[in-house]
Amino acid sequence: MDTFTLSRIQFAANISFHILFPTITIALCWFLVFFRLRHTATRRTPAEQGWEQAYYFWTKVFALTFALGVVSGITMSFQFGTNWPGYMEHVGNIAGPLLGYEVLTAFFLEATFLGIMLFGRRRVSERTHLVATLMVALGTTLSAFWILSLNSWMQTPVGYEIIDGKFHAVDWLAILFNPSFPYRLGHTLLASGLTAGFLIAGVSAWQLLKGSANQGSRCALRTAVTAVAVLIPLQILMGDLHGLNTLQHQPAKIAAIEGLWHTERGAALTLFGLPNEKEGRTDYALQIPKAASLILAHDTGAELKGLSEFAGAHPPVAPVFWAFRVMVGMGLLMLVMAWTSAYVLWRLRNRDLAAPPRWLLMALVGMTFSGWVATLAGWCVTEIGRQPYLVYGLFKTADAVADHAPAMVAGTLAAYLSVYALLLLAYVSVIKYMAEHPAIPAPAISGRESVPNAA
Amino acid sequence: MDSISWATALPLIFMAVMGLALLAYVVLDGYDLGVGILLPFATDLEKDVMVSSIGPFWDANETWLVLGVGVLLICFPRAHGLVLSALYLPVAVMLVGLVLRGVAFDFRVKARDAHKATWNRVFSAGSLAATLAQGWMLGAYITGFQNDIWGLLFSAGIAITLPAAYAMLGAGWLLMKTDGALQRKAAQWGRGALWPMGLALVGISVATPLVSPTVFAKWFALPELFVLLPIPLACLAAFFAIRHVLATARAVDAGYGWIVFGSTVLIFVLAFCGLAYSIYPYIVIDQLTVWQAASATESLVLIGIGVAITLPAIIVYTVFMYRVFWGKAQELTYGL
Repeated sequence: MDTFTLSRIQFAANISFHILFPTITIALCWFLVFFRLRHTATRRTPAEQGWEQAYYFWTKVFALTFALGVVSGITMSFQFGTNWPGYMEHVGNIAGPLLGYEVLTAFFLEATFLGIMLFGRRRVSERTHLVATLMVALGTTLSAFWILSLNSWMQTPVGYEIIDGKFHAVDWLAILFNPSFPYRLGHTLLASGLTAGFLIAGVSAWQLLKGSANQGSRCALRTAVTAVAVLIPLQILMGDLHGLNTLQHQPAKIAAIEGLWHTERGAALTLFGLPNEKEGRTDYALQIPKAASLILAHDTGAELKGLSEFAGAHPPVAPVFWAFRVMVGMGLLMLVMAWTSAYVLWRLRNRDLAAPPRWLLMALVGMTFSGWVATLAGWCVTEIGRQPYLVYGLFKTADAVADHAPAMVAGTLAAYLSVYALLLLAYVSVIKYMAEHPAIPAPAISGRESVPNAA
Repeated sequence: MDSISWATALPLIFMAVMGLALLAYVVLDGYDLGVGILLPFATDLEKDVMVSSIGPFWDANETWLVLGVGVLLICFPRAHGLVLSALYLPVAVMLVGLVLRGVAFDFRVKARDAHKATWNRVFSAGSLAATLAQGWMLGAYITGFQNDIWGLLFSAGIAITLPAAYAMLGAGWLLMKTDGALQRKAAQWGRGALWPMGLALVGISVATPLVSPTVFAKWFALPELFVLLPIPLACLAAFFAIRHVLATARAVDAGYGWIVFGSTVLIFVLAFCGLAYSIYPYIVIDQLTVWQAASATESLVLIGIGVAITLPAIIVYTVFMYRVFWGKAQELTYGL
């Protein structure tokens, strides 16, 4: 393989591994804020203990997830320079400030207050501790704000001028709030809520099945199921709006998503099929007549541009086509699961200790990491869908890559992939282990008091 | 100031911000990497205390690296590409080291007990790998990425020196954050790291002007030599202050352990000043000046505003956090 392809795989591997953890922590932190507030509100009632247990257990998961997010994020900040020096050289004037504000306003905020949030409950007042938790939540969300603004600008660039091949900012507000940004931010934050929600629901269901549940597992399960039942319809609506926005600004991406090879009026919606890029058609297509035009333009006779209009400037069709179907399929599955679970739990609402039916718990366990699948598929759609450009329509990915020996890139890629595989395995198995042993009041990091006669 | 002088001043200001961020990183992550390097020499119970002494801090410490590299990336994109492409392999080694170390922190107490020893080893190995890689990068940077035998030897020399210096920082940290048997052990570790660190510092100081004619010309000229003399002299004084405290059990018992940490930090700061003087006005020595590498002025202005507002806030809440966890390390728990 050539250096370009290897560098792309390496970047994709790094960023895919990285996003798994922030997409959990962004929303999980707000869940923790909620558990904390419920704990305070139910003080001196029987419910108090449950919220405290839920807070305690999910803080442990948060700490672990956050650590993985931090270290994989450091890797990201070096990737630009080591493999894609052309990116900052051409786009640096615009990408730089946005990344800079992310570090200055978000990274330090979350990393510094994390220490107090995790280990400071005995050392500061309840109010200070709550503020620290809120600061971490604010930091993670702000981080998403800046990085998605930059990503969206690369998809829908505005507010710039190009002098000698380099981008210069003309209107910062236009850059920050570029046309696809509100949709992408909303879509990503909702995805984070769903990812964390299904994780909490799945792990709590596993505890109920394994008999390791405590009162906290029930509190967490109820909270998570309620959250996902509310969020999933919003996400489907947001996804639709995002799609309409993409049609307006990146029609080639939509053509690849739909497998639409030629411009048509009243285009059919392809549910499934095998995109055949060589022949320029979709084999074995299962289609609904006129439905694509209806969904995308809200008019059965509307004209949709096909891939043939973007010769040499459209993304590879098959990965975008499939990733989109994985994402939508997962979204629909989430809808069914979220509403079914919410209905069943609502029926059981007055019988506090009654366990939900086994089939439901098993289905929720199966959905534990569904958010990861949908998130990664969604990012594949939008990022592969932007190819062959880095900045859509203006700057090609191939013009940014560093000229390293392929063997060297292959070597580091192999190293990263093996570390990532190991860590993913460790992460999932440690969460399973913690879920099955919630009663162990494991200190975060056991310390001085456990050393007899330390002095 | 008019726009032309901003175009002159801003790259210098950001060079200073980047340098200070990297200095903050080296000192702050230096002590927690140092504790990681010292971990294998402790008993199991002591290991827990050592890790808990750095538990609340390491995340924020590593963020200074992101800021330093971030400023390089944001304000000096041309230098960023040049430096990081040249350092491709050591950067990869450092990143894998930092990744393994960072996660080992959490895994070592959350995984089943049988796996704890393995995660402890991962923690130490990751700390050492990241330190070696950072030393190598510093060496390669000073020589301007010379790939001849002297350049490589010089890089290798710094790579094996830095662990001693970080171990000294780590030992100094433990003198402040622990007591009893572990504190005495920390003093012993510090004595072990002292001479390797001192000899290596002398070696680097002698070798740097030899591998770089530019540095030689800047240091060995009159009257600059006399103005610069306080730097090595202060280093010498700091070195003997460390030696004295480490050799005197009474001093450590009486709470003067902080002198070891403070003096080691002073040596890092002085070495940084010397380096900054050697390199100025280059960002990549003999190849690229700060002005040639800088981003457009309008972008620098925007980041400058952000830095001016947020950096003081960052410093304030960092100080607050250190105050919350002031004193000897205690057991860390998530609960009440």
